[in-house]
Amino acid sequence: MGAYLSKRLSYIMIILAAASLMIFCLYAMTPGDFISSNIKLSAERKAELREIYGLNRPVLERYWTWLTHALRGDLGYSLAQQRPVLALFNTYIWNSFLLAVVSTFFTWVIAVIVGVVAAYRQYSWFDTLVMIVIFGAMSIPSFFIGLFLIKIFAVDLHLLPPGGITTTGSNAVGWAHVQEVIKHMTLPVAVMTLLGTGSLTRYFRSNMIDVIRQDYIRTARAKGVKESKVLFGHALRNAMLPAITLVGFELPALFGGSLIIEKIFNWPGIGQLYIQSFGQRDYPLLMGFTMLIAILTVIGTLLSDVLYRIADPRVKL
Amino acid sequence: MENLLRVNRLSTHFHTDEGTVKAVDDISFRVGKGETVCIVGESGCGKSITAMSIMGLIQAQGASGVTGGTIEFGGEDLLKLGKNELRTLRGSEISMIFQEPMSSLNPVMTIGEQLTEPLRIHRKLNRKAAAKRAVELIAQVGISRPEQIMDSYPHELSGGMLQRIMIAIAISCGPKLLIADEPTTALDVTIQAQILDMLRRFKDESEMSIMLITHDLGVVAEMADYVIVMYAGKIVEEGEVEVLFDDPKHPYTRGLLRSKPVLGQLQDELYSIPGQVPDPLELTESCYFHDRCEFCMDICRVKGPPLRGVGERQKTACWLYEEANVHA
Repeated sequence: MGAYLSKRLSYIMIILAAASLMIFCLYAMTPGDFISSNIKLSAERKAELREIYGLNRPVLERYWTWLTHALRGDLGYSLAQQRPVLALFNTYIWNSFLLAVVSTFFTWVIAVIVGVVAAYRQYSWFDTLVMIVIFGAMSIPSFFIGLFLIKIFAVDLHLLPPGGITTTGSNAVGWAHVQEVIKHMTLPVAVMTLLGTGSLTRYFRSNMIDVIRQDYIRTARAKGVKESKVLFGHALRNAMLPAITLVGFELPALFGGSLIIEKIFNWPGIGQLYIQSFGQRDYPLLMGFTMLIAILTVIGTLLSDVLYRIADPRVKL
Repeated sequence: MENLLRVNRLSTHFHTDEGTVKAVDDISFRVGKGETVCIVGESGCGKSITAMSIMGLIQAQGASGVTGGTIEFGGEDLLKLGKNELRTLRGSEISMIFQEPMSSLNPVMTIGEQLTEPLRIHRKLNRKAAAKRAVELIAQVGISRPEQIMDSYPHELSGGMLQRIMIAIAISCGPKLLIADEPTTALDVTIQAQILDMLRRFKDESEMSIMLITHDLGVVAEMADYVIVMYAGKIVEEGEVEVLFDDPKHPYTRGLLRSKPVLGQLQDELYSIPGQVPDPLELTESCYFHDRCEFCMDICRVKGPPLRGVGERQKTACWLYEEANVHA
């Protein structure tokens, strides 16, 4: 295990080094920059600013400067927001994380339970109903469901706020603040859960169908194990194994934000900031964010490999 | 001998898109206390389905299942019991071991977890007491270092050891009936003998009855008190083991016995029964063996023979003997 981990960590370093070079070059070599999009500036002023920001240096030199700073924990300065990139991340990412972690939790819990029951009662009316609902939910675009729910719950029924993370002008603190945030996140979390549950339910259903046909499930029943324990104890443990791969992918998704949902519900998350920065060619922020996702992705894969080792005794690292 | 299990006119049918498969078709037999009954037949003749019907595992597998008959066990009809009542019998009063030890144990649970489970469910032992009993059971089935085995996973053990563990699980709650579905088929010949010896030893120690399903006549000769021969979902012949081996009546039983190699006897070619087991979907009213039978008569093609006594200790379902009975 120790030898494996050190080997994997050295691979990760190589991968991240290559990724950082590619990410930097991609943005640095894209035609145009933050300054060129500002039509109010004269050509002399633009050249002056490029000199100040160091944008007229060779790409490799700029990469080296960026990399050495990044290694020291400094991802640079957002040109559009005029704040350090890391400070911006710290403000926005946690908002996105809040939505993602709650909806991921609900998505997995619902998908596991519904998937297991649908597999157990394969081709029953319940299974058929689940399939219809899933296909329905999967084929309707998120912006439509989002707007539709806003129309019903916010506009017509006045039950929930239509967007934002707190009520405008509110300065509630403590428990009142928590309640306010929960109210605001209900709709976006509902939409995200609705969209994510479909494919995951189908995934668990098919895994489960494979597992409940296995001999060891018959053995468990022959031992007199309760049916619920056969399903959620004996079978689910095996059906969950392939899903560990997905856990690795969930990690970057937890911090990556959601472009469409955050836009619709005006949620101050990293996804909105990201899209906005694209429009402004705020490359330091974009580079930093892409790099962060790259780091989370490789950590996620390592994490899922280690989890496999823990969950499946047959896997040796 | 007192009856432990009495299967009366049991039928298990499966409804498929192509038609109804009569996997088990109106069979009756009994297993006495402390008796070993062997059910013999080719693959697909309904042996395993009979066992699964008794265990109440057919419905659980999602099929249409048992369509008729009674299964009396200790005076109660198992088919009339509720799900939970039947479940409390499974693993404690009736237990079962299977053909493939390699796939019959859960790959992500330790041997200890799987072995203590029936003890905790049926004997209501706490974790510690169950673990202690499990260690004893592992030692009883002849595996050394039982404590270490408790923490092992199935993939770390050999097929023979896994089948021993399966036996340990099966006997853990002192069952009255052990159903063994081809318990030695997947094992080496040397291991087979050890497993059979062990089953016999436990049977003698605890007055357990065994219902042994096999296609191996060597196993039958070694284990059985009473033999039931099945063909295409029906019982074609049954009898006490010496009688049946000495004087098989049904042409199918004769064929089975002839197709078994005999030590010290030089044979140019091993006998095999011509033809194949009929397609269960295409069975019509007839003796299902007629197209493979060298004695096939006209009546065999149109009417199925009933199972009737031939002599004191044997029954057969064959028109050859029916006629003899009529004339005598």
